[in-house]
Amino acid sequence: MRSPVDLWVYLSTSPLIWLTLTVCTWIGAVELSVRLKRNPLVNPVMTSIIVLSIVMTVFHIPYEKFFAGAQFVHFLLGPATVAIAVPLYLQWDEVKKVLAPIGVALAVGSLVAVLSVMVLGWLVGLPRDVLISFLPKSATAGVAMAISSSLGGNPSLTAVLVILTGITGALIVTPMMNRMGIRDYAARGFAVGLTSHGIGTARAYDVDPTAGLFAGMAMALNAIATSIIVPLAARLLLGS
Amino acid sequence: MLRGIATLLMFQLIGESLVFLSKIPVPGPVVGLVLLFVVLQIGRRAGHAPFPQVEAAANTLLTNLGLLFVPAGVGVVSLWGVLKSEAAPIAIVLVVSAAVTLAITVWTFIAARRYFDKKWGA
Repeated sequence: MRSPVDLWVYLSTSPLIWLTLTVCTWIGAVELSVRLKRNPLVNPVMTSIIVLSIVMTVFHIPYEKFFAGAQFVHFLLGPATVAIAVPLYLQWDEVKKVLAPIGVALAVGSLVAVLSVMVLGWLVGLPRDVLISFLPKSATAGVAMAISSSLGGNPSLTAVLVILTGITGALIVTPMMNRMGIRDYAARGFAVGLTSHGIGTARAYDVDPTAGLFAGMAMALNAIATSIIVPLAARLLLGS
Repeated sequence: MLRGIATLLMFQLIGESLVFLSKIPVPGPVVGLVLLFVVLQIGRRAGHAPFPQVEAAANTLLTNLGLLFVPAGVGVVSLWGVLKSEAAPIAIVLVVSAAVTLAITVWTFIAARRYFDKKWGA
């Protein structure tokens, strides 16, 4: 008979336990979020990351070991990015009606998302490698990580910054827009989808269906716009 | 559903291949996104819509998009060394940039919609 310690040693080296734990933690985090009426303070992405990080730290599990299991989920970011074509296609008749304002808001918003990081980063004196990893932070994680690694940034750092941006936007959008007196839910949704990608879009759907629709649209379009703007901005940054 | 997943994977593969061959600085999945969108539009014009398989696969992935961020997010633990020394400046850039982007985007959207409505008399 083997001891439970042997079992732990066996399981902790296999990817299975970390994959199972990741998926189950997520389900629990969504459940918690639903129970608390989708309060942005218990954003399921944030609570999942906190819970798993605590487990990793307490049990001294190196990130590589955890990722060996979690990578099966992580891999789906690519197909999920391609999947954004489907809502864009389904909503195209809606998009077409407001194509001109969407185009203008996308161009301006996407530029502000990237340039604000460059200007603020320079003001507070962020190192250049952190700055490069920071630039695509408003694009969805799969796209942002691909941009970052192609420019010599750190894709893991980019992922963390993307997620933190997503959570920040989802947290501040509702109080901020209410204080600004903006009741146009299409505009509110578009802004949060552009700024905070999938996490912002999930938040927008919690608040209002129209907001969710425009948020999803903004996320899809900004994935494309960011992947064009950031390499140009980085060239400017590295050339100086 | 399985055909839908195969479709998404295929378009990602085509996207990655085109990016590799052409060296355009756009991520492969984004090229896959654009190509799939174009193909779906062409398919609809040719009378092949709807596409329940692709729609089901896309819906499953996108309703659980948050889960896909989690593995990379846990990387915050191993990056703590970098983040700790730059935590304050990173937090400032993160919050100010998000707030500025939200505000300017929402104003631009509203102003642009007003301008084009007036111009075209919607």
